[in-house]
This record gives sequence, C-alpha cells and structure tokens, in this order.
Amino acid sequence: MSNHPTPPRLSLRGITKQYPGCLANDDIHLDIAAAEIHALLGENGAGKSTLMKVIYGLVKPDHGEVLWDGLPLDVKDPAHARKMGIGMVFQHFSLFDTLTVTENIALALGDDAGDLTSLANKIRSVSEKYGMAINPEREIHTLSVGERQRVEIVRCLVQDIRLLILDEPTSVLTPQEVETLFVTLRQLASEGCSILFISHKLNEVKALCHRATVLRGGRVSGACIPAQEDTISMAKMMVGDDTPVSTTYPKVLGSEPVLTIKDLSLHSDDPFGVHLKNLNLTVNAGEIVGIAGVAGNGQEELLASLSGETLSPAGTISFRDTQVATLTPEKRRAMGLGFVPEERLGRGAVPEMSLTENALLTGFLTGIVNKGMVAWKKTEAFADQIISDYKVKTAGRHAQADSLSGGNLQKFIIGREILQNPKILIAAHPTWGVDIGAATAIHKALIKLRDQGAAILVVSEDIDELFLISDRIGAICDGQLSPLKPTPESSIEELGRMMAGDFSTTPAHAQSSQAEHS
Amino acid sequence: MDIDLITNVLYAMVRTGTPLLIVALGELICEKSGVLNLGQEGMMLMGAVVGFIVTLTTGSLMLGFVLAMVAGVLMSLIFGVITMELSANQVATGLALTIFGTGLSAFIGAGYVGKPIEGLDPIYIPVLTDLPIIGRMLFGQDLLVYLSFVLFAGVYWFINHSRPGLILKAVGENPHSANAIGLPVFKTRYLAIMFGGAMAGLAGGYLSLAYTPLWVENMSAGRGWIALALVVFASWKAERVLLGAWLFGLASILHLVFQGMGFAVSPNLLAILPYLATVVVLVILSSNQSRSRLVAPMSLGKPFHAKS
Repeated sequence: MSNHPTPPRLSLRGITKQYPGCLANDDIHLDIAAAEIHALLGENGAGKSTLMKVIYGLVKPDHGEVLWDGLPLDVKDPAHARKMGIGMVFQHFSLFDTLTVTENIALALGDDAGDLTSLANKIRSVSEKYGMAINPEREIHTLSVGERQRVEIVRCLVQDIRLLILDEPTSVLTPQEVETLFVTLRQLASEGCSILFISHKLNEVKALCHRATVLRGGRVSGACIPAQEDTISMAKMMVGDDTPVSTTYPKVLGSEPVLTIKDLSLHSDDPFGVHLKNLNLTVNAGEIVGIAGVAGNGQEELLASLSGETLSPAGTISFRDTQVATLTPEKRRAMGLGFVPEERLGRGAVPEMSLTENALLTGFLTGIVNKGMVAWKKTEAFADQIISDYKVKTAGRHAQADSLSGGNLQKFIIGREILQNPKILIAAHPTWGVDIGAATAIHKALIKLRDQGAAILVVSEDIDELFLISDRIGAICDGQLSPLKPTPESSIEELGRMMAGDFSTTPAHAQSSQAEHS
Repeated sequence: MDIDLITNVLYAMVRTGTPLLIVALGELICEKSGVLNLGQEGMMLMGAVVGFIVTLTTGSLMLGFVLAMVAGVLMSLIFGVITMELSANQVATGLALTIFGTGLSAFIGAGYVGKPIEGLDPIYIPVLTDLPIIGRMLFGQDLLVYLSFVLFAGVYWFINHSRPGLILKAVGENPHSANAIGLPVFKTRYLAIMFGGAMAGLAGGYLSLAYTPLWVENMSAGRGWIALALVVFASWKAERVLLGAWLFGLASILHLVFQGMGFAVSPNLLAILPYLATVVVLVILSSNQSRSRLVAPMSLGKPFHAKS
C-alpha cells in the first residue's frame, strides 16, 4: 500500500458494453501509469477492440468510467480524445490514399494543423527524431505498408501525446521492421508517454511491455508482468485452461508436383496493384507450402491468378499435366481446386446471403446441384456439417454471412473448402482473426488434408503460423517470389530478409553471393 | 470568318456554357464528398419553374433566383435523407429525383407556359464591351455569368486550398477512415448535397429568368445530364469543369457558326454534338481503368454506415 501516489495516467473503472447478443466488455478495470508500456492481450473477440474504442471515444460504454490523471473523463469523440493527448494507431489504417502525408496529418489535427508548410517541417523533424523517416510530400498510395504505419504514428506524435494506443501494430511488419518499431516505442515511453499495446503475439508482448492485462470473453482474466511469465502461462490466461496452446506438426516432403507456376508475369491494371514478376513455384502432393510477405506485395494478385479471377498467359499455371492459366474459376474448381480468399466478406462469402446459400456458392460441385436444380436439403445438411465440424458460432445456417464475427466466418469458409476434399487448396490467411483454439483446429484440418495427399499453398502474414504448418517456406516481395526452402532449414531472420526483398539464401554478409549472380 | 461572327460566337459560348458550369460545379462538390446525385435535371427544372413563377408574381428577379436555389436545396434534401438516413442506393434515388422533378415542375408550371417576363439583361460597360472579339464575351454578359466566374474561383480555391475542402476530399476518398479520425462524414456529405442542389436550382433559374426568359416544360433539355458527364470529363478538377462547360457550350451553338460561314448543316444534327462529345469522353475515360480510379473520389456512389 503506497500512500497516495500519483494517480495513473489512464484508469478504467468497471467498463461494461453490451451489444445485441454479445457482452463485449464486462466490468473491465485497467490502469496505465505514465511512461508505462502496457499490453492488452486477448484473442479476437475478447473485447480488446471495443475497449480501445471506448478510450478513444468511438464507443460509449453502458457502465463504468474513464479516469484521466485521476479525474473522470467523458471522451465525446476522437477529436476530444486527441485534444486530451490520446492518440491511436489503427490496425486498418485510417489514411487517404490520394492525399499527401502532410494533408493526411493535417486532417487529423483539426484546427491546430496550422499551415501546411510548417506542418510538413514539423513532420520531418518528428519523424527523424524517432527514427521513422517519411517524406511529407509523398501521396499515401505510393508508400509501403510499413511506411503507412509510420505516418499513422507520426500523426499522433506531432501533437502533445500522453497516451498512444496501438492496435495490433506488428501484424503488417517484417520482423526487422518490428524491431525498429519497438525502438521507437521504447524511446517514446522513456520520454513519459504511456503506451497501450494491443496484441495477441506473446513474444512481442514479452519483449516490449512492462505490464499486461489479459482479456477473455469480455472480462479481465488476468494481469501479469510479461518479463516474469513464459509465453505458455500467458497463453493460458488468454484462452483458458482447457485449450491446448502449443502443438507441433511433423514436416514432410511431398511427392509428385500438383500445382506448378512457370514464369508467371502479370501486369496489374490497378494503380495501387503490384505487377507479378516471373514467378516460379511448385506445390507437391502431400505438402504445405507457405508464402510469407508483408501485405500488398503481390499476394492479392498471385491469389487472383491462381483462383482464376485473373486469367494468366497460357502455359504459366498447371494442375498436374493440365494447363489451367486461361481457365475460369469454375473450371479450375471442377478440377479439384479449393480456394480461401483473403477478403471474407465479398469474396469468400456474400454478406447478405444465408450460410446455406454461401455453402452452395462453392459447394455446387459436391452433388448439391442436380440438373440445374438446387437440392436444398443436401445443401442445408452441408452447411450444418460445416457449422458443427468447425464450431462456427452462429444463430444457425439461416443466419446472414455478415452477422458472423470475422473469426467465425473464417472458420465457415475454411470448413466449406476443406470439407469438399480438394486436391489443391489455396488459402490466404487461413486463421486470420480466429481464436487459438479454432486456429489449432484449422491447422489440424489442413495437416489432415495434406496427409491425404492434397497440395496446399498457404499465403499468410503470420510468420509463426507459417513455420508451424508449412513444409516448405518462402516469401513474396514486390511481386517477386523468393526461392523456397524446407521449413526446418529456414529461420525467422532469413524469412524476414526475404520479406524485405533480399532473396540471397546465404547470409547477407557473405561476399560470395555477388560472384554467383554474375 | 469575320470579326463580328467570332465575337458573337465567343459571347454565346460563355452564355450557353454558364448553366452547365453552375450545375457542374455543384455536382463536382457533391461527388467530391463521395455522393453521386443523378437528380441534377430534376433539381434544375424545379429551380427553373419556381424561379419563373416567383419572378412573374413578384416582379423581382432577385427573389426568383433565391427561391430557385431554395427549391434546388429542398429537392436535394429529399435525396440526402433517402440516401443518407435510409442508406438507399444513390443511383436509383438520383434517377427517381430527376423523374420526380421533371413531373412536378411540369405540373406546377402548367399554367405558366408561354407567359412573358422581363429577363435578366446583359450588362453594358462603355469601351470594354465594345472591344473586338473578347469584348462581349468577357464584358457584355449578364450578372449571373459573372457570378459563375466567382463561383468557379470559389470552388477552385475551396477544393485546392481550404481546410474544409481537404475534409471534403477525405470524406469522398474514404468515409470510414474519415469517421475514425473524427471528421464529420454525415455533415460534410449533407452540405455537399445541399450545395449541389443550390447550384442546380440556380442554373435552372438562369435558364428560365435569363437565358430564355420564359417557362417551358422540360426546358433544361438534358443539361443536368451533360453536367454529370462534364464532371467526369473534367476528371473531378474545377479548372477543367470551366473549360469543359465552355467547350460544351460551344458545341451546342456550332450551327450558328456554320450558318455564319455559309455551310448548310442541319441544326438538329449539330444539336447532338454535346451528347456525342459526352459519349466519346466517357468511352475514353473508362478505357483506362487505372487512370479513372486515381482521379475519381474512391467512395463515389457508396453509402456510408457509421458502425457503433
């Protein structure tokens, strides 16, 4: 018991927020001191997002209060939050592509922005001070994802900031970029700024944060000092005791080639798109190939050309001995292709349609359509099977796809594809937004499908996941694919370099690579 | 071609382009906020008929123009409420607004067809108006033409140099991001829609009170549609809207030029030129997907729901 210390910078007292059918936050208490880096840990759906929206004034809590320097504070809206010195870096950046860095920052600053020239100078000096060089004149769409995150952070720093909230900031960064970010955050904290670091990556929390609060199912399930815990004990707090938190899978080498990409170059019509440059890739029967990469490096384009949404030059893609580069998605699916797109709503599922109808969308080859007539009973049975096998939390097969949480819809889409027993499965971010328990179930299903002899290609930004399930691994950067290596022979550092575009398979300091190229 | 002809053509070009310019500036602001309002034609007609009736009854041109703008704003608010509060499809709502405005204006104006009023007269400035070639074009127009110059300058400055203009572009680019950083998406869009309505009403009033001072059913004759095409033609840039409006104005008076030069070309054939130009421009623009994506407001036509 200390005798009246300085009140915490931010203190949440009994925050409760009820959404229809879901208690997002239930009596949450949280204190963050000045200069503290505090982790908010929890799985997707644990209530982290709602809580930070309460702090930032985007959501009004039903009960509870927010204390700022010990005084009650009713955050009216984000502008008010910023005025109080609360800044937030969103997971999905709130930037405007066709405006410049300066204009973007000016927008967020409100009337304090001043004239654009002096603001640009300020941006330059702040970004240099914290080791995050940005050119204020650039338009956002010309920046890489990592640079965009810098813009978001600098946007908070040009004001007097006292609490910086970062929502899953590392999910879009290479391991090397994560290190740089941590240096910046430590520097900020040492200057007295409080940081709320929202994440589900335990290693990062351990490396960076002074204290952690863990949420599960909308309630505080534990608090700890990450440096004194191991990742297993923190994971237990996140997911509860009954869920296994660590598994490893045997690595195998596949047999004969099933999916082959040969010299695929594709020009993107999208001004924000990436051109694919001379890709070569083979996925064998009975193996999982993992492709890492920072978002926006050609994954979307590669996936679209594999699914058939974009047709490719003849001869560049083949399934076994059949050329498929010029075939439409339906024909490729008929040959045994399963596809889990990156975008769940709009690509993977039609938002306004029921789960039954969405099951039909790609399941039409499994005998639920007969002579052009839909066998609804069979379709419903198929939907029910997906829901029960993959533990999809939903009101039922009649529920609209957009009524599901992201993680649950992901489980539904993955289940729909895997249950069709595809010969080739291409999955983008298969466990994105899914809780650990369900992620494990999805991983097991993928491994099982692999062991049945399917060729599986996984494209993901989650490196840990790729190391866990892939048999061979590589990275995509700026539309180019690195050479693939058997996973046990690769390392996180090497993959990180490949994600940044350094494809040399020997360590960067070895001089021989120069000679080999020439 | 003699000097007088050129002088007159330039004069008529600006005059004919003025209603296009006014309505297109309104639509430009509206679209910059991400809202596509296809109701321009309906709003113009309501402006035209209301302005005409008011001026005929009260004798005041000034009041006629003001109430024409009010009529346009009220019409645009119908569109605003339906698309913003009820999240209806913008294209369908805009089309309905045009059909509604066309019908309602014909109904209201039925008893006023062909009645004469004293329209807005051109200004005469000694010496300047008599300058060869550019004299009448720049110094012999009526007040509304000069107002359109001012409006153009205002819109240009607003979009490119003002903070509210930056907010407008941000909202049109990505309303969700705008909302997340605390910009007033709904308010911005409502104001943009209302400005579009006011400009359409004013342009309508210009037609019935200055351009041809009388009321005829459907007298806007597709100018609302041309203005929509004009905004695309201008790739959402104010200075190109000005240029485009005068070009389209020139296209619609070309038959005078040909007559003056002694060619016998059917005026009906020439009357299709602005429309033809519109089609050609739309085809050229849409032929390059990537270019059109960079210039158009990214969220154009998409409704915005604030998530709680």
